[in-house]
Amino acid sequence: MFAFTVRRVAQAILVMLIISFIGFSIKHNFGDPVRELVGERVTPQERAEIREKLGLNDPFLVQYGRFLQSAVHGDLGRSFFFKKPVTEVILAKAPATLELVFCASLIVIGLSIPMGIYSAIHPKRFFSRLIMGFSIVGVSVPVFLTAILLIYIFSVELGWLPSFGRGETVRLFGFWDSGLLTRDGLLHLIMPSIALSSIMLPLFIRLIRSEMMEVLETEYVKFAWAKGLKPRRVWYVHAFKNTLLPVITVGGVQLGIMVAFTILTETVFQWQGMGAMFIESVSRADTALMVSYIVVVGFIFVVVNTMVDLIYGIVNPTVRIAGRK
Amino acid sequence: MGKVQAVLHLGTGIMANGDNRWHLPCKKKNHPEGRGVKRLIVRMFFVLAVTMLALGSTTQAATLKLAMDADPVSLDPHVQLSGGMLQYSHMVFDPLVRWTKDGKFEPRLAEKWELVNPTTTRFYLRKGVKFHSGNDFTAEDVVFTLARLKKSDDYKGLFENFAEAKVVDPHTVDLITKEPYGLVMAMGTYIFPMDKKFYTGADEKNGKTKDLIIKTDYSFANFNESGTGPFTVAEREQGVKTVFTRFAGYWDKNTGNVSEIILTPISENPTRVAALLSGDVDFIMPVPPTDLERVEKTDGLQLVTMSGSRIITFQLNQKRREEFANAKVRQAMAYAYNNVGVADKIMKGFATPAAQNSPQGYQGYNPDLQPRYDLDMAKKLMKEAGYEKGFECTMIAPNNRYVNDEKIAQAFVNMMSKIGIKVNLKTMPKAQYWDQFDAQVADIQMIGWHSDTEDSANFFEYLYMCPNKETGRGQYNSGNYCNQEVDDLTLASNSETDTAKRSAMLQKIEKILFDDAAFIPLHWQNLSWASKDNMNTEDIVNVMNFPYFGDLTIK
Repeated sequence: MFAFTVRRVAQAILVMLIISFIGFSIKHNFGDPVRELVGERVTPQERAEIREKLGLNDPFLVQYGRFLQSAVHGDLGRSFFFKKPVTEVILAKAPATLELVFCASLIVIGLSIPMGIYSAIHPKRFFSRLIMGFSIVGVSVPVFLTAILLIYIFSVELGWLPSFGRGETVRLFGFWDSGLLTRDGLLHLIMPSIALSSIMLPLFIRLIRSEMMEVLETEYVKFAWAKGLKPRRVWYVHAFKNTLLPVITVGGVQLGIMVAFTILTETVFQWQGMGAMFIESVSRADTALMVSYIVVVGFIFVVVNTMVDLIYGIVNPTVRIAGRK
Repeated sequence: MGKVQAVLHLGTGIMANGDNRWHLPCKKKNHPEGRGVKRLIVRMFFVLAVTMLALGSTTQAATLKLAMDADPVSLDPHVQLSGGMLQYSHMVFDPLVRWTKDGKFEPRLAEKWELVNPTTTRFYLRKGVKFHSGNDFTAEDVVFTLARLKKSDDYKGLFENFAEAKVVDPHTVDLITKEPYGLVMAMGTYIFPMDKKFYTGADEKNGKTKDLIIKTDYSFANFNESGTGPFTVAEREQGVKTVFTRFAGYWDKNTGNVSEIILTPISENPTRVAALLSGDVDFIMPVPPTDLERVEKTDGLQLVTMSGSRIITFQLNQKRREEFANAKVRQAMAYAYNNVGVADKIMKGFATPAAQNSPQGYQGYNPDLQPRYDLDMAKKLMKEAGYEKGFECTMIAPNNRYVNDEKIAQAFVNMMSKIGIKVNLKTMPKAQYWDQFDAQVADIQMIGWHSDTEDSANFFEYLYMCPNKETGRGQYNSGNYCNQEVDDLTLASNSETDTAKRSAMLQKIEKILFDDAAFIPLHWQNLSWASKDNMNTEDIVNVMNFPYFGDLTIK
């Protein structure tokens, strides 16, 4: 277990190094941050002075070295736009994104498992076909379209749900602004969560369905039927448990992707999380913030995948985690 | 299976603990015998619901929920010269004078003014005005503010012609220019006096002086304000929301009744409109062209639009292409561009076709100059110039800077193909565009310009005077158009204080630029605001797009 952890941490550091290097090397293509900081009247000479002061004229490797040096000390640089350290900015925005991903995951898990199982057990029933049809539509409609449709139906036409933002938040532990504890905050969460889950939900229903159908054909399930076990026990205990293995693997990767997909959802709903922040930092060429976001999301990917590996070992004891021989 | 469930429960367990932290104390008193998870949960929700109802009913009537496409980047009005920062300045600060809708000057912190001698304008300041900090507003603050403006990277160019401000007595101040200057009053609209006492001294946080202007880092002024304006900043989370509350000691008692403004930046157009349509906000700016009709037709909403003053143009680089050095070719291109059609079809009527830089109402607006789309004429001119067979050239345009910029550029490419000019267009985001523009990487480049001085000479100075690195003139003249007459007239107009003479000079320049086809004028982008119909939106908006929210009255 210890060796596994050490190896994982080493891998994570390597991954982050690579990500930060890529992030740094493309940042020059996003334009000149100084442009976004000054009005149109500022002369090229004055702009050059500002660039010099910010150290933007140094060679790429010098800048990267400086970045790494301070990153080791926990300082990822300063956001030009927010005029604050980027770690502070990202920490302030992270709760919004994580809560959104959390709620969307709940929707995905809560709906995909029963729907997937149902449509696997009764593949020919009308409701199963309905689920499958819905999932095809769900996969093919882009997130921002879903989001805008939701806004127009539930906010503009019906007036049931708020159209943008996080609503009222409560501060927890001194830094975590949570929308989960107020009615207003929960109402604001509904549509963004649905929009975000709309990409993953159909995928998971289909995945669970096909895995389950496959498992139902295996010998041990046939044996279970032959033993005269109750259908419920065969389906939910014997078959479903084995269905879960691939679902967890895919789920881990998808969770990371979901964090990345918040970019679209957050932009449409003006949800003040890391995704919207990233898009804005790109358009403002706020490079320190951009690179840090990429590094942080990379970090989340690594952590989630590590956790998935651990859970995998717990669910399926035959799979031994590397390092535990 | 069991273990997976445990993992899932762990998630909900955290949530329940979170709830406990918050609501257990008040519950325990009422129900000391409370046991059982179910009952606990039911009660938690009950408490939640009650607290929410209580919180929900505290909203006040005169609160304005405002959504703009961006929020102010700083609390320091001198940190950046941009529309957003000026909109902010009009909320939290007061200028010496401000523009009225018909282009006149309205006294604000200056009650009256007079020209003492050709280089000195005397301002008599309003008495009894207080800053948000409680300090009294005096002539010292004006002197302090002008000195600070001259230190700001963004403003020092505009205030180049000003030498200094001198205190005459506590409520009288002289603004002294280096030479006679025709735009002293126009510049007065940019002088938003800042509280000298408040911004003087060393800041504990960074050990530097409080009046320092820092663009990219913490500074006292970036995070603290003390102006004389109608609103104070009560709460600010950059990019999320800013709450402004009415300043109780505001000198102007005969203005609007908005006691609180909650400003939320909503950058996505459809979301901003939806927020207004659903009633989540009361006022939005700008309204995207695609939704104008919908907003107008919705009951309970009002739409206000106005022809703007930002001119959109294409510049033809004469240094890169010998064809463009030929006035006939430039004229042919101007004749071949159908700006009325573009304003109508692509801009959906949300733009005013232009044949010159100055919009109506500017001193340089020349009523004789009208759009001149005529394809036959264009072909004839190309023939005369000897380019009957046409030629190929390159072009760049931004794709997120101006309304429909990419579509307009594509339309231009199509129109030029009709007179045999094959244009290879490349579009890019604004963050990358301006470096390319400066480097003059293409033969044709797009640029929109808003005159910071609300005066015609500013267009000529930046866009059409001969490029000169030392003086900074012609800084954005990527067409490299150079005409001594235009240069001389522009410089002469700056020191001309007689309005009629000055106006004649500026109109003459517009005529020269038009005849020479120094550039291709497209249109002025319109401005738009939408709000609920229970407020006097029409009265507070203006062509500069600085709504005077202090004057807003909600019925």
